[in-house]
Amino acid sequence: MPHDDHDHPHALLPPEPALRVKALETILTRKGLIDPAALDEIIDTYQNKIGPKNGARVVAKAWADPEFKQALLQDATAVVADLGYYGRQGEHMVVVENTPEQHNMVVCTLCSCYPWPLLGIPPGWYKSDAYRARAVREPRKVLSEFGVSLPKDTSVRVWDSTAEIRYLVLPMRPGRTEGLSEDELAVLVTRDSMIGTGLPRVRS
Amino acid sequence: MTDCIIHSAPEPVFAEPWHAQVFAVTVALNEVGRFAWPDWAVRFSDTLKRHGLNRDLDGGDDYFHAWLETLEDLLADQGEAAPEDVTRLQSAWENAYLTTPHGQPVRISPT
Repeated sequence: MPHDDHDHPHALLPPEPALRVKALETILTRKGLIDPAALDEIIDTYQNKIGPKNGARVVAKAWADPEFKQALLQDATAVVADLGYYGRQGEHMVVVENTPEQHNMVVCTLCSCYPWPLLGIPPGWYKSDAYRARAVREPRKVLSEFGVSLPKDTSVRVWDSTAEIRYLVLPMRPGRTEGLSEDELAVLVTRDSMIGTGLPRVRS
Repeated sequence: MTDCIIHSAPEPVFAEPWHAQVFAVTVALNEVGRFAWPDWAVRFSDTLKRHGLNRDLDGGDDYFHAWLETLEDLLADQGEAAPEDVTRLQSAWENAYLTTPHGQPVRISPT
């Protein structure tokens, strides 16, 4: 390994792709097309502000409020925008509801389309060839690898996200949660349960 | 207010700083209307397909390599960043890192 045996006489050289990104940044900044401060803000937003807890709040509200749920299933984009969750990659969102008859699962076979305002940046496995190819072909097998086993008579429906439509799964409300507040319910909602590769937490 | 939701996977949003940078550059360009997101998705999907022909992409580093290549091609096609300019500035940055004393801010000269 370079750089391991001596006391860095010069700044540590970033990897080759990092230098290519810096080159692009330099060109675009000089042309006035991007602003380095705006880049920092975008990174901060996606690292710290947007994540699955947004989606969890929406799901918890749907569990607690039947009217909200109805509206959410009819026009998710407008309803979640009212809660302040909108923006890039959230232009058209559709919420699909799990029932005892049907379990829903989301994939993007094209690339990695995902409802950013509700779930943040997708996890690595969502972007992998393995998941993208197999979710459609053998969803039950993929689910079992995620530790999800469904009753035999529950069908599995796989929704393929695109740049135009992004899906969010509304998981079934777990039992023994009567009387919980929305905040308490939100804690039970995992990211994977909103992709359909997991189920909500069960209260201990 | 319960703010202590434990996410099901503690993985970082971006595994490498340059993943975050290339993501942010792309989002910033989209925001100022340099391209529409569906067009990006089509291009990106083509790159992923090409990269995935000979091996299975794991959705990590290889994903952002494909992302960077897509962005470079897009900017070259739009005439915003010619490949020779990118190469020249990449060398300038590399040279700056190799000649800047450790601990000093790394800069390139404006040209």
